[in-house]
Amino acid sequence: MTTPSDFPPPPTPGRLLDVEDVTVFRGDRLVLDGVSLTLDAGDAMILTGPNGAGKSTLLRTISGLRRPDSGEVIRYGALAWLGHQDALKPGLTLAQNLALAEKLGTTRLPDALDALDLTHLTDLPARLLSSGQKRRAAFARVMLSGAPLWLLDEPTVGLDVASIERLGAVMAAHRARGGAMIVTTHVPLPLDNTRSHELPSLAHADSFWLS
Amino acid sequence: MTAFLALIDRDLRLAFRFGADTLASLLFFILCGSLFPLALGPSPDLLRHMGPGIIWVCALLACLLPLDRLFGAELEDGSLDLLMLTGPAPAAVAFAKMAAHWLTTGLPLLIASIPLGIMLGVKGSELPLLLAGLAMGTMSLSLLGGMAASIVLGARRGGVLLPLLVLPLATPVLIFGAASSYAGQLATSPAASLDLLGACLFACLPLCPLAAGQGLKAAVG
Repeated sequence: MTTPSDFPPPPTPGRLLDVEDVTVFRGDRLVLDGVSLTLDAGDAMILTGPNGAGKSTLLRTISGLRRPDSGEVIRYGALAWLGHQDALKPGLTLAQNLALAEKLGTTRLPDALDALDLTHLTDLPARLLSSGQKRRAAFARVMLSGAPLWLLDEPTVGLDVASIERLGAVMAAHRARGGAMIVTTHVPLPLDNTRSHELPSLAHADSFWLS
Repeated sequence: MTAFLALIDRDLRLAFRFGADTLASLLFFILCGSLFPLALGPSPDLLRHMGPGIIWVCALLACLLPLDRLFGAELEDGSLDLLMLTGPAPAAVAFAKMAAHWLTTGLPLLIASIPLGIMLGVKGSELPLLLAGLAMGTMSLSLLGGMAASIVLGARRGGVLLPLLVLPLATPVLIFGAASSYAGQLATSPAASLDLLGACLFACLPLCPLAAGQGLKAAVG
């Protein structure tokens, strides 16, 4: 478990993330070339770029799942992760699926489920949920963590308009509490004052060989 | 610690929910052991002499069956990413999965080895020794198997690679385990074999989860 003491003190108050000149190779292909960004409390950053530009790779690198080949990622707070996949076990109920996240987090499960309109599905096995409901359930896990920094990879996949609005409200509340988020998305999100970071496509860059 | 127990609890729930997967290795163990009398002939003396060895080899093979899915399922549905990021330390995640593997595979095998042993003619007085050895042996196999499963995680044809990695590592466990089980028949002391079997277990206990934790980190990277 992570405690606040695991993180370095922020250089400026409210700073949550510093990404300095991060470069990532996948095999012999350059995926991220010298990406730098910073994130302060209340920020919402939208990562844009064509398919294959390295948006997911950047998120994985920021999260610490992947080590950058050069450069540095410094986090000043805990993070919550929403990946491509929903990470729900089909045989377990919604409550059982989220039990571990609730134990590790600070938010109560009923509050998170209520905010995402999932309360009536609590005892349903995850295999019976629709893809949109599964996506919201995975998002509930992010809310449960109570972490200030949210990394969201395509949070709106499979969601209807009403659910996207609800997600927007949750995200706005999180920013108002001093949280921040980095989001990759292909659809517009109901968020104001977002910052965006465009990743160029490096697909046509010369691949170079490590002898 | 609560996260560690919660992880084991979740795995046990999943094992009960999908009972067929859990039962498969148990049935494999019993069927595999029942094939030997068919192939070797029904001579009680021969079977009694080979019984402990048959049980040990079958237990080793049955332990391998569910290893492929131990971390594979977690990697595929994205749970492993979450566990690495927000769960307990990687080695603790690996250890929890290994403990769950033993509870859902090793422990049932231990119980099933009683009827299988009786069927093969192992005497009632020799059974406690066999079970004591098997208990330590299956624990070691869960640890070694979990380590190997995390190392081949994400590799192509990992399922084929897995037995090739586990079986050589498991030979000391098999040698000392089977030797301890034969002590009753040969009227020798099982102490030395059991000591060495315990030494294998206590070497695996810290090393395998640590190695497996690194394997898991590499797999999500």
